[in-house]
Amino acid sequence: MLNYILRRLLGIIPLLLGITIISFAVIHLAPGKPVTLEQSLNPKVSPEVRMKLERLYGLDKPLYAQYTNWLLKIIRFDFGRSFSDNRPVMEKILERVPLTLTINLASLFFMLILAIPIGVKSGAKPGGIFDKIATILVFIGFATPAFWLALLLMNLVGIKLGWLPISGIKSLDFDYFSFFGKIIDLVKHLILPVFVSSIGGLAGISRYMRFSVIDALGQPYIITARAKGLPEKIILYKHALRNAILPIVTILGLSLPGLLGGSVIFESIFALPGIGRLFYEAVMMRDYPLIMAEVVLGAVLTMLGNLIADISYAYVDPRIRYRKES
Amino acid sequence: MPKVLGYKFRLSFLTIVFFLFSLYTLLGGTCRQIYAQDYGDALVTGSISDARTLIPILASDSASADICGMIYNGLVKYDKDINIVPDLAQSWEIQNDGLVIVFHLRKGVTWHDGYPFTAKDVEFTYLKLIDPNVKTPYSGDFERIQSLEVIDDYTLKVTYKEPFAPALASWGMSIMPRHLLEKEDLNNTEFARHPIGTGPYKFKSWKTQEKIELESNHNYFEKRPFIDRYIYRVIPDESTIFLELQTQGIDSAGLTPLQFIRQTDNAFFKKNYRKFRLPSFSYVYLGYNLNNPKFQDKRVRQALNYAVNKDEIIKIILLGLGAVATGPFVPQSWAYNQDVRPAAYDPELAMSLLKESGWSDSDGDGWLDKNGVRFEFTIITNQGNEERIKVAQIIQRQLSSIGIKVKIKVVEWSVFITEFINNRNFETVLLGWALPREPDNYDIWHSSKTKEGEFNFISYKNQEVDRLLEEARRTFSQIQRQACYHKIHKIIYDEQPYMFLYVPDSLSVLHSRFQGVQPAPIGIGYNFIDWWVPKAMQKYKKSRTDR
Repeated sequence: MLNYILRRLLGIIPLLLGITIISFAVIHLAPGKPVTLEQSLNPKVSPEVRMKLERLYGLDKPLYAQYTNWLLKIIRFDFGRSFSDNRPVMEKILERVPLTLTINLASLFFMLILAIPIGVKSGAKPGGIFDKIATILVFIGFATPAFWLALLLMNLVGIKLGWLPISGIKSLDFDYFSFFGKIIDLVKHLILPVFVSSIGGLAGISRYMRFSVIDALGQPYIITARAKGLPEKIILYKHALRNAILPIVTILGLSLPGLLGGSVIFESIFALPGIGRLFYEAVMMRDYPLIMAEVVLGAVLTMLGNLIADISYAYVDPRIRYRKES
Repeated sequence: MPKVLGYKFRLSFLTIVFFLFSLYTLLGGTCRQIYAQDYGDALVTGSISDARTLIPILASDSASADICGMIYNGLVKYDKDINIVPDLAQSWEIQNDGLVIVFHLRKGVTWHDGYPFTAKDVEFTYLKLIDPNVKTPYSGDFERIQSLEVIDDYTLKVTYKEPFAPALASWGMSIMPRHLLEKEDLNNTEFARHPIGTGPYKFKSWKTQEKIELESNHNYFEKRPFIDRYIYRVIPDESTIFLELQTQGIDSAGLTPLQFIRQTDNAFFKKNYRKFRLPSFSYVYLGYNLNNPKFQDKRVRQALNYAVNKDEIIKIILLGLGAVATGPFVPQSWAYNQDVRPAAYDPELAMSLLKESGWSDSDGDGWLDKNGVRFEFTIITNQGNEERIKVAQIIQRQLSSIGIKVKIKVVEWSVFITEFINNRNFETVLLGWALPREPDNYDIWHSSKTKEGEFNFISYKNQEVDRLLEEARRTFSQIQRQACYHKIHKIIYDEQPYMFLYVPDSLSVLHSRFQGVQPAPIGIGYNFIDWWVPKAMQKYKKSRTDR
């Protein structure tokens, strides 16, 4: 097992190198230059000044030299400094991580505790009344644009009813609150964003779950269980569910990179300083060091996610584990 | 006829606004006698974007500039009527026909950390501005300086290579503290996120993409500001900003014309907010690439100007909240020539001018042509500005009615600049200029500024305009400069290198608990330290930071 993990980890290195070369080339070949250097058509900024800035940012060197420079720094975990404000890129990403991770984990959690029971119930009696209603509801949730739902809820819950704050993550007087006051304040600010971001994901997971429950219920061991005269509840929750949950584990592994991702529109509407907007703004401004760092981060997480999915799959499914070890 | 009506209507509308306004100030005056001017409270403002750096000579975005403006001072500043007045300098003399400016600095000013402000700080700021290793975009104006001498702690002598009138305004640049930055690398310093200035507000905290908080400087050299805290909240979505206004979560924000006219026209907003409408320092135009043979005939450009109805554009796009632009200056500027009247919408006249220059529908297909080539051109504009795209569509429709085919191309900003503007790869471009208060626009109109990356990208060349631009730069007399700019204004409108479209109004709301707000040509924020909230109406009380 350890051997297998090590081999997979080593395999990541050449893949990552390839990814960075291609992304570096694509980003630099794309038309446009870092917008901070263009200063948005400001006549106060002469072409000579712009040349000076390009030199200071190292953009006057040939592309391969820029890439080697970048690579040599990356090996020492130095991702460089952002063009827009000269802060270290890693600092800029890391300060966005806690919030993005909190919201994504919380919504993943809500998605699972809602979607799995819905999927199981629907799968137990496919075509039944619950299945039909649940299907319609989760698909409405899936089809609703998040920004639209967000604005409607902000208007209803925030303005008409006045129950919850509508944007940001803390009240302005947060620093003066007691410890519990702070927690309540944070939770209040997070309810709407977490709710809105979970709604869209319900459909996917509950559909997977439904399908795998139907699949599991058709297996011979279920017939055996039924023949033994076990109650339907035990058949469903003990025998079928255990097997049906396997594909969900894969999906969870694959959602790992997503945990550090974020939606631009969603973050903008709720005024949340998340990673999605950081990346979007970096692309619009051609903030090369920041874009590259995000690309590396995304690539590493995706590959790790795959690896973890494979490993945990092996863990929960003895058949895979034994086959690999033999 | 409809035009005359429109004009009358605007006049009467303005009178009403003026009347209401004077009524308000009158009432405000009596209010002032009832309440004392109280200290306390906070102003929370909503902004689409966060600041990037609080080092003023590196700050090139408007959010950073806004905050820097509260924390720092320049040697000079603009008063409410857009005149240059003393700030950190208490007076100055212009000597040797404008070659030398001697500044006498204000005494007794201290930095927020208590250290005294002196001429050494000004010298330090200047040296950093011209340092080739500092990533400042503002070195241009300061590279014209031949020498800067510190005569004593409160006197500075600046000698220029040649007389340069905009130099005085350039000293509005925020001055940075030498004692804190001397040993720092300005490009990478913690100071960028923990600034110390001389201004009315002190830096308190900055949570990236969330908010920046400032607190009043009790030792500010003018006086202690009444409002205790200034909080700059970053809310990247316009609809959320508007929803936050409805929960009174923010006190001030900019508005779109639609929000200004319709969405705030209700009892809630009338009770809780005051709306402000002031002409902005910007204009929107359609620029012709004058290297393109189609646009080299002045009559063609004039014809196009007659064929586009700007009043209609203003009515549709701005819901009437703007004015027709008549040239490279805006109406509030002293450089603006009142005698230049906007050309009336006259498609007939446009047709006859086009005929004179050889364009007519000779093959009867509904489109004008000349030597077998159809009159068609492309307008390019940048993505992310719905307003401009709609303006392009209105122009497209209006010109199609006189037989000119217009195509529209929308390009992402960075590509727009590098691939189209800088390479002169366009026929016409729809853009806007945000103008500084100093009217010198040499970089936009002088024929020497047509090289790649420079700002006369339409390649406008006129010897008379060149001469006037140079003359206006050499003299410090505002009357002489004004005469030059008035002539430039007239020549440029006659020549139509741009089709001048409109000057939009800048629209904003402010919570009505703030007293002492007096709109002026420069805007409303100029006397922020005089704003105050009566004790009984203060909202953020918890935050009193008197110590």
